[in-house]
Amino acid sequence: MLTEYAFWFLSFVAIFSALAMIFSKNPVYSVLSLILTFFAIAGHYFLLNAQFLAAVHIIVYAGAIMVLFLYVIMMLNLNRLEEDKKSTWMKFLSVAAGGLLLFVLLAVVKRTDEITITAQAANSDCGLVENLGKVLYNDYLLPFELASILFLGAMVGAVYLSKKELA
Amino acid sequence: MDPILLYKIILCVVVFAVSLGIAAYMTWGERKLAAILQDRVGPNRAGPFGLLQPIADGIKMFMKEEMIPGASNRFLFILAPCFFMLTACMTGVVIPWGGGITIDGVTYPMQITDINIGLLYLLGVVSIGVYGIMIGGWASNNKYSLMGALRASSQMISYEVAMGLALIALVMMTGTLSLGEIARQQDEGLAYVVYQPLGFLIFIICAFAETNRAPFDLPESESELVGGYHTEYSSMKLGFFLFAEYINMFISSAVMATLYFGGYNFPFQHELGLEGNTLSIIQTVVLFAKILIFIFIFMWVRWTLPRFRYDQLMNLGWKVLLPLALANIFFTGIGMYLFGKLG
Repeated sequence: MLTEYAFWFLSFVAIFSALAMIFSKNPVYSVLSLILTFFAIAGHYFLLNAQFLAAVHIIVYAGAIMVLFLYVIMMLNLNRLEEDKKSTWMKFLSVAAGGLLLFVLLAVVKRTDEITITAQAANSDCGLVENLGKVLYNDYLLPFELASILFLGAMVGAVYLSKKELA
Repeated sequence: MDPILLYKIILCVVVFAVSLGIAAYMTWGERKLAAILQDRVGPNRAGPFGLLQPIADGIKMFMKEEMIPGASNRFLFILAPCFFMLTACMTGVVIPWGGGITIDGVTYPMQITDINIGLLYLLGVVSIGVYGIMIGGWASNNKYSLMGALRASSQMISYEVAMGLALIALVMMTGTLSLGEIARQQDEGLAYVVYQPLGFLIFIICAFAETNRAPFDLPESESELVGGYHTEYSSMKLGFFLFAEYINMFISSAVMATLYFGGYNFPFQHELGLEGNTLSIIQTVVLFAKILIFIFIFMWVRWTLPRFRYDQLMNLGWKVLLPLALANIFFTGIGMYLFGKLG
């Protein structure tokens, strides 16, 4: 019963703050709303007993990536009066891209009846650190290591690009 | 009401009150210690040995005129110190403050919640703690405040990395993320500082940087930034920022004592012939003694070492502590392979 109330509360917070992020004129408010959205989603992970995912979600997204977003926005000190107008061509493209995304999301929503059943049937302890670690390092070792190499490559690339003199 | 739930609520209130009380008397202790190190007397007017000084300071903070800069973002300006204080008080819930108290055959653990991701919870709260400073610095609409806030955020992100990696080596040995379990393991074996001396050194340096204490107090370095991120703050909002720093210091001392120095355990505790509640109370006292020693080290360092330069701070974090922490993980792995899981 309490879980159900928590679910509705977190869903409300997540959707409301996501909307606030899009509609807010001040970019700093947008970032803060997005952080609130992340917290609500982490709460949902907790409800699904995926504690590790929830904690990492907070540490990585809310704690590190959004700090950098906020950092950049504060450094640039964006002012809504100085926002440059997008060209008509650009607007047309963004509408098309957004429409495609909506199409994909609607296709998922249409299938939700089948999906909810499988989500309930999963092992309720699968999100705990021990089980997750065992699955990651036994069954999915190769994809896991490949993903980490991909991240390493991205990091090296970022460092290389940020160097002033390309050697 | 369920007695366990009632007990947890009482324990929450007690931990909160003790954190605030110790933080208040840490301000007194810091001024007394600074006075001793600089051959002065220190606060001695309010009460015997100046013991009422924290109360006098608190009243002063509340009575001061409150200024909110006209060009500031009012909502975020007020939100920032509240958030900073909130995150400072949140970490105390996962720390085991002692053994268990047994009343009528029911054992009540001296830990508010022993979640099995305790360490990750700590890291998470630490990583969101920076928002209080960032929002406050930005909302003040002052260049010095913004500089202080940006310094604080980049410093905290940089040292979080080394701190997390130092903890990974510890977690490899403990095999658990629960702080209660880590404290219990040190009852059976030695304190983890024996196995992880380098990890502890990295952790304590990062703790200094995360709490913005000297020699890492660049976010508020008064010689270049006036007052850093809290330049525009006055009255109790300033008090919250200063006070939260002391709470953070208290909590990180408690974390260090729990993770590396045996928590509430002390040597030969089972040979004393004490049982149950008496032993638990002594254990809690021992834990607080350990915490006080760490708090003393925090203050001792502040009044002994000069402040770093900003590039030195970044070099230390990324080019010294990070490789050291990685090497520590590597050697911990080799050690565990050669000597088995523990030792």
